[in-house]
Amino acid sequence: MKRQTLGLAIVALALLALPLVLTQIGTAWVRIANLAILFIFLSLGLNIVVGMAGLLDLGYVAFYAVGAYTWALLASPHFDLHLPFWVILPLGALFACIAGAVLGAPTLRLRGDYLAIVTLGFGEIVRIFMNNLSAPFNITNGPKGITRIDGMRIGDFNFTQTDTLLGIAFTGPAKYYYLLLLLLLGVIVVNLRLQNSRIGRAWVAIREDEIAAKAVGINTRNVKLLAFAMGASFGGIAGGMFAAMQGFVSPESFVLNESIMILAMIVLGGMGNVWGVIAGALLLSFVPEFLRYSVEPLQRAVFGRMLIDPEVLRMLLFGIALVLTMRFRPAGLWPEKRHQREMSQALEGTGA
Amino acid sequence: MDTFLQQLINGLTTGSVYAIVALGYTMVYGVIQLINFAHGEVVMIGAMVAFSVIMALVGAGTGLPPALVVLLGVLAAVPVCMAIGYALERLAYRPLRHAPRLAPLITAIGMSIILQHLALLIWGRDPRAFPQILENASFAIGGAAISTVQIAIILLSLLMMAGLTWFVHRTKFGIAIRATAEDVRVAALMGIDANRVIAATFVIGAALGAVAGVMVGTYYGIAHYTMGFVLGLKAFSAAVLGGIGNLAGAMLGGIVLGLVEALGTGYISEISDLCQWPLVGELLTERCAAEGHVILFGSNYQDVFAFLVLILVLVFRPSGLLGERVAERA
Amino acid sequence: MSAAAPLLLEARNISKRFGGVQALKDVSLTIRTGEIYGLIGPNGAGKTTFFNVLTGLYQRDSGDVLFADQALDLTSPNRVAAAGIARTFQNIRLFGNMTALENVMVGRHVRTRAGVFGAILRTASQRAEEAAIRRRALELLHYVGIAHRAHDLARHLSYGDQRRLEIARALATEPKLLALDEPAAGMNATETAGLRQLIEGLRNDGLTVLLIEHDVKLVMGLCDRIAVLDYGEKIAEDVPAVVQKDPKVIAAYLGGAG
Repeated sequence: MKRQTLGLAIVALALLALPLVLTQIGTAWVRIANLAILFIFLSLGLNIVVGMAGLLDLGYVAFYAVGAYTWALLASPHFDLHLPFWVILPLGALFACIAGAVLGAPTLRLRGDYLAIVTLGFGEIVRIFMNNLSAPFNITNGPKGITRIDGMRIGDFNFTQTDTLLGIAFTGPAKYYYLLLLLLLGVIVVNLRLQNSRIGRAWVAIREDEIAAKAVGINTRNVKLLAFAMGASFGGIAGGMFAAMQGFVSPESFVLNESIMILAMIVLGGMGNVWGVIAGALLLSFVPEFLRYSVEPLQRAVFGRMLIDPEVLRMLLFGIALVLTMRFRPAGLWPEKRHQREMSQALEGTGA
Repeated sequence: MDTFLQQLINGLTTGSVYAIVALGYTMVYGVIQLINFAHGEVVMIGAMVAFSVIMALVGAGTGLPPALVVLLGVLAAVPVCMAIGYALERLAYRPLRHAPRLAPLITAIGMSIILQHLALLIWGRDPRAFPQILENASFAIGGAAISTVQIAIILLSLLMMAGLTWFVHRTKFGIAIRATAEDVRVAALMGIDANRVIAATFVIGAALGAVAGVMVGTYYGIAHYTMGFVLGLKAFSAAVLGGIGNLAGAMLGGIVLGLVEALGTGYISEISDLCQWPLVGELLTERCAAEGHVILFGSNYQDVFAFLVLILVLVFRPSGLLGERVAERA
Repeated sequence: MSAAAPLLLEARNISKRFGGVQALKDVSLTIRTGEIYGLIGPNGAGKTTFFNVLTGLYQRDSGDVLFADQALDLTSPNRVAAAGIARTFQNIRLFGNMTALENVMVGRHVRTRAGVFGAILRTASQRAEEAAIRRRALELLHYVGIAHRAHDLARHLSYGDQRRLEIARALATEPKLLALDEPAAGMNATETAGLRQLIEGLRNDGLTVLLIEHDVKLVMGLCDRIAVLDYGEKIAEDVPAVVQKDPKVIAAYLGGAG
């Protein structure tokens, strides 16, 4: 027990010190870390839908887009609106949630396959609207996207400028890092607590056998809708943070490949298992950087030119990872160990 | 020009293609209840292979008649796609036949990504201009025009649909496919080799898809590694519209979807021109006077129709136009 | 069992057709509170179809069911479960990757209330409810005799234990009527004897049981009353001794065997 606490403290300290170290190497690295956290956040949001409830959502990034555009439109010079974060962040989550409910309501009473295709289509539709809602009234500014988006600001505390505290300079990205870390902690707690709750068990039951779940009295349609809408809301929150952090959104950030990447994080890491999903998300966030620094120079050295674009290689690897994981390790690299968890809980219960 | 008739012709053309692609989805779904997400990519690869063969033959200056060149392109694309279809079933889906439902779906999306990016590696990121070697004469009928390519696509599609219908109703193997779709276990008891039947549905679907790919390439004059995605989505919507698992349904659904999309695209600008709307138009008098039209949704929303149809069908008639299969079987 | 026991369930003229096959034709039957009621019949007689209609899995073509003096909403399985009918499945349907304990805890879903926010905030009432769910689930595992397997995954349990677990999960929904679909299927003699004890114990504890069974010996020995289905129609309904001698029943079984 004591060793565990010590380990936890070390991890926490390391996470807290990370941006200060990274800033020394270059602020770009803090930004990369921030995006990685955002993707872990997204994958944990999607984990509720895919991992726990077993609903295949292939258009998750569309909800992310809804959140991002909500922030972008309500806090930028585009409409000359500059609403505070405590209005637009929940609003983004709400819009994403509504989109999820509208999409899920007709689909979730049907077989799971329909959800997959409908979400896939929805992702495409959102992209079409983002691209084309610039005429006759300019709402989204089309493919050019929306620029000069307001950053996060809590009262007088501004996340876009550098502040010095106790002689240490905290840059904008470093401050976002801590904020994102806090949000991440929140979504981890939500995931863990839901996992061991009445609703969480109902989700897993539906994933395991929907007919049996109905037979024991679970209103599967409502419970599935709940998972779907909740996952969508987390996507909306992540989108808002993304817009604030980047200061710029365009349809290009919300393509199918992003949805696939988030899905791959969950599948590879271990569906339903919070720590597995985090590990999967970390692993896959790191892949593009790794490929950029290894495959590119390697190809140039061996062939004298680039044969395979790292981006293409990345997607190929994701595709292969999805197929191979389902074939050989369907529970992921770090599978959920329900019985072990149960066991430790029972021990805790009797020990106390 | 008669917009209605013209869009009817265009819709019939694209609808025929959707129908052919939809058959691939619906056959596989009918037998193993799996959405083969990679089917759209198979169609795309069909178009790409034909593109390469046609380009090579044209470039070599063989002097063969254009129709024969395109035919050779098709003849090259069909076996390639059949091989891919077979490999998909054998390597990706068959090992998962008794796995939880999510596994084959995720595999399907994985295979789709792999095929798409392999095509990107082979044929490049930019759209390839499909060589327009067929003589494309245009005939006027009642204020609209129909081209030879359109006629060829419609006739060829009808021919393939008729052929497939004959195959599944009149041949022994076709009947085995239908029996397997009805009930795998009972079919197996009757001595039908379910594995062969399932593999066959993939291969036949892929062959049809290859032809459809060439048709799309020839019709739009373009081939691109992403073309399979939207085409696949639409064809799947068509299959659901007709009643998934039902061959006649896929054909009907394809045609209906093509017509809805064409007519929708043809009229949406007109309908959504706010200047014509009573109250809204008055608010916009200045802009209307200056610009003539204030069109809310133009033809760039074409791809939205298929999706709307899909959602509406799922809300109001999940079993589709001709479907008997109850969609709620879990 | 006195014949004066109040009615718990009354099915009236239930019909169900699959394509060209009339699977159920005007089936009516009554189950009294506290009895073990058997539903038997040759293969394909419509037993499981009746069962699935009664539990909302199939939609009937006509007919209705009165349950505990109220019209039973047969439109979905979860409504039936909420009304107080719990079932098991012929080919066991457990949540394989959940522990035995969790399987039973899922059964408490329909009688508990905590929502998402309660779970996230770990409110006092949520924690109390969660503890109660766990306690009750453990009790039920004890009751069916598999408490020692509480923390094993359901799919790792032996066949007989899986049957017991499924019954425990059904009991967790606090049913007034427990409907068992061929619970002895695939069991050896020892397991069947154990099952018989379990079902008798349930009746002694006041539960009403509907039993579909292939094993005629088990049904005759265990049930208070029996209905016989043949080709989708009820051909007999009475105490075992009478049903056993009914010429129509004998003909149906001999015909079915020959």
